[in-house]
Amino acid sequence: MSTQLHTDGRLRHFLTTEGLPRQLLLQILDTAESFAGVIDKSVKKVPLLRGRTVINLFFEASTRTRITFELAAKRLSADVLNVNVATTSVKGESLLDMLRNLEAMQADMFVVRHAESGAADYVARHVGPGASVLNAGDGRHAHPTQAMLDAFTIRRHKGSFESLIIAIVGDVMHSRVARSQIHALSALGAGEIRVIAPRTLLPRDIESLGVRVFHDMRLGLEEADVVMMLRLQRERMQGALLPSEPEYFRVYGLTEDKLAPAKPDAIVMHPGPINRGVEIDSRVAEGPRSVILEQVTNGIAVRMAIMSMTLGAYQEMPREPA
Amino acid sequence: MKSLPEVDHLLTKMGQALRALIARHDPERPVALIGIHTGGVWLAERLHPLLDLANPIGALNIHFHRDDFDRIGIHPRVQPSHLPFEVDGCLIVLIDDVLYSGRTVRAALNEIFDYGRPAAVRLAVLVDRGGRELPIAADIVGAHLKLNPAEQIKLLGPSPLKLSIRRGRT
Repeated sequence: MSTQLHTDGRLRHFLTTEGLPRQLLLQILDTAESFAGVIDKSVKKVPLLRGRTVINLFFEASTRTRITFELAAKRLSADVLNVNVATTSVKGESLLDMLRNLEAMQADMFVVRHAESGAADYVARHVGPGASVLNAGDGRHAHPTQAMLDAFTIRRHKGSFESLIIAIVGDVMHSRVARSQIHALSALGAGEIRVIAPRTLLPRDIESLGVRVFHDMRLGLEEADVVMMLRLQRERMQGALLPSEPEYFRVYGLTEDKLAPAKPDAIVMHPGPINRGVEIDSRVAEGPRSVILEQVTNGIAVRMAIMSMTLGAYQEMPREPA
Repeated sequence: MKSLPEVDHLLTKMGQALRALIARHDPERPVALIGIHTGGVWLAERLHPLLDLANPIGALNIHFHRDDFDRIGIHPRVQPSHLPFEVDGCLIVLIDDVLYSGRTVRAALNEIFDYGRPAAVRLAVLVDRGGRELPIAADIVGAHLKLNPAEQIKLLGPSPLKLSIRRGRT
């Protein structure tokens, strides 16, 4: 997917983690690391995107994701507009017409969330040369900023990826988060990526992504360094893929007992919002190994990094007069 | 090739001037050294033991306040700023290796004020090479050097600290 890169290899849009080189992913993580310090200042803001306009274009409601993008843009001093298309009457206006109008208002960046796979990519192919598009989740396809904040959180706890066993648990089939995580973590050189799910919640081609498949929590979590839970996508579930939620929890819900085979210093992650008692027990979600709220905090620095890399020229600094 | 001054010699001179500068200020007021990444931090580490200060050294990353973001973008491998003391009401001595256009100092002032309101900020530099583009002047200067615009002067370090000149693009 080259639409997201400039010809010189730097980031123009951020649509998917698939196919991005390891070096670029590491640069995102390094840049995010320097933004993480911004919250220690009494003025939690840097002026990099002063005078730029970021439009959150949400065709699918998601308050949490929108807020973190909004906060990231505001901490970079951008002006932010939230267009919640799910509740706005579109008045027969096509998506393209709406884009043209927003571009005519000199927007520099569109953060797009849509229930259809490929929506952000479509927007990216139709915006003018000066505008960047960030994918904030498209259908079952990708949620790349979530994957990067997960990778950032893992690196902060574990240092590097090479020797790690990472288990992704739950509804992989409907999860754009899982797909983006697998692409990002593979490119970052993760030691072993496992997916643990019932057959009905796994896409058929999943092994082609280089993951090991487990249907049993005890075997799948053995010696795991990182346990990444997925949200059970109840709103996306069609047909009888599951017997019942209590039954799902009994077999695949993460409890302290099921976590026992993992390494003692394993961390537990979840992209939120969590379904307590469905995919994760409250005691685990709030327990000592949970880094779920850290993920939320880290999401701001990671989104600041991606926004500043796409909107600023990105390159190694030439020597400059001091 | 010009002969360049020894950094150790300049540091001794700057240390004396800093002691005199601090002595002129209200003794009740806290004092802190802040070095600008990377050369300024090396210098601050060398000057700090000469000054008997209660506050540890601060390190400043000015990257988020640079005025050339549109041209050169963001550099990923910058250490975040770290100011391990209360900036409010503090006498701050900002330290950098080379003073040239003054744009780095302008950015550094913005970054410092994101942490609080210092009582005063003074500027100490190892080398002032002239060529200012902003109304900024140093309070303490190790050496004034006249350089051709095509010459770049750089502090190498951290150990030993050494000045080096190379010819590059202007």
